[in-house]
Amino acid sequence: MIIELLLPPLLAGLAIALVSGPMGAFVVWRRMAFFGDTLAHGSLLGAAFGLAVGMAIYPAVILFCVLLALVLTALQQQRLIANDTLLGIVAHTTLALGIVALSLLPQVKVDLFGFLFGDLLAVTLPEALGLWAGAVVILIIMAVSWRQLLSITVNDELARVEGVPTHITRTLLMILLALLIAGALRTVGVLLITSLLVIPPAAARRFASTPEHMALLASLLGMAAVLGGITMSWFLDTPVGPSIVIAAASVFVATLILPARA
Amino acid sequence: MSTLRPLIQLQQVSVRYGDVTALSNIDLALEPKQITTLVGPNGAGKSTLARVVLGLVTPSEGTVYRQPSLRIGYMPQRIRLDDSLPLTVDRFLWLGGPSPTKARRAVLERVGVGHLFKRSVHGLSGGEWQRVLLARALLRSPDLLVLDEPAQGVDVAGQDALYGLLKEVRDEIGCAILLISHDLHFVMAATDEVICLHQHICCSGTPDVVQRNPAYLALFPPQNQGNLALYQHHHDHHHHPEGDHNTTDGLP
Repeated sequence: MIIELLLPPLLAGLAIALVSGPMGAFVVWRRMAFFGDTLAHGSLLGAAFGLAVGMAIYPAVILFCVLLALVLTALQQQRLIANDTLLGIVAHTTLALGIVALSLLPQVKVDLFGFLFGDLLAVTLPEALGLWAGAVVILIIMAVSWRQLLSITVNDELARVEGVPTHITRTLLMILLALLIAGALRTVGVLLITSLLVIPPAAARRFASTPEHMALLASLLGMAAVLGGITMSWFLDTPVGPSIVIAAASVFVATLILPARA
Repeated sequence: MSTLRPLIQLQQVSVRYGDVTALSNIDLALEPKQITTLVGPNGAGKSTLARVVLGLVTPSEGTVYRQPSLRIGYMPQRIRLDDSLPLTVDRFLWLGGPSPTKARRAVLERVGVGHLFKRSVHGLSGGEWQRVLLARALLRSPDLLVLDEPAQGVDVAGQDALYGLLKEVRDEIGCAILLISHDLHFVMAATDEVICLHQHICCSGTPDVVQRNPAYLALFPPQNQGNLALYQHHHDHHHHPEGDHNTTDGLP
């Protein structure tokens, strides 16, 4: 009974945490935390749009997130406004627009709290399996283009001279990040997804000597955080999204005590 | 590659950024196995010209001919790597393209820093970074090596050692070399051609010829160097990048 109840949320959370390892590592290496945050905030507007036109939420959010990622990538080439200012403007504007749009939809009763902080316990088994399928696809694409992704992260110009299609590779990374964030919307929520992307790699950094090692360790730590968060939520009746973030943060603090490597 | 055509040929190349002209009417040919040094004051467009050669900048005007399947090894000035990214020298070399571990180890040995193989790239000294970057460029078996101010941040002895190594490498694998330098006193001795750049090509030729050219002297007047005498001395030892050194005459 408990298993039946907890299996879908558990599966969904583990899928998100698994992909968040390598993806979050890139977010940390490329200093894209604010970028990820902006995509997450924007995804709410995508959800509102989907509800308004009667589209299923996931396709609408995925579409919107990917579009936003492409627009932001293009906008970041301009030099009039600093990048973090630009992201700040877009992040909060889209979040506000999303919330206002949801409130203007009288025909649908929307659980705003669920969007903002996630509603992992409401995830169904088909949904969880869908997330796993998405996770596997993202991981395969990342594995295939791993060297290119890493190369543009270490030095973009050197990568270009060595024949890496840097623009395409960068765009690919943005799209994959957008896909992950869209998928995570229902689980950890708009406001908390960045923490799942950032905290596990940050915790893993001190123990890793290669990028692959760090990505893998981040996945494992993230999955541990999901297990810990769901357990905490189950026993203390706390909201599950924030519980996962607290578990992740606890893991991070715990790793500070252990001796570092390289 | 043994053709009579140059590896890369620039004809009447100009680069403009808005109203600013970075390069105007550059004619340049890089021949196989030749060592070319690009000198010029700050802001002369040296890096821009190198970036045109590398294919990183598209000229506003003019044509760039590149030999088909030309392989370029590039050694940037320096790599600024975020501390959050753990990376060993071995993995760094692997990023340049798939290569067998043995080849990566061998090329690192060749440039004199084999002991760095498993070391983290964080905390490499300037001289060590230089060798590692050179190793990554060499792994591609390049037809042309482009080096952006390799002498920067390295002392005279280190510079001398690097230039010596570059000449050996050129003789071994027969690649051409394009070197950017703002330090005119230490143009690589083996340079075949020096090009003096100031948006346009002021003069070019062998190091001796260029140093007597009025256009060169106008850009780098001798009186400006009054406080900087060139210390001529014979090297009786050479330094390893990590700081210790061997004496070649057997004395400590």
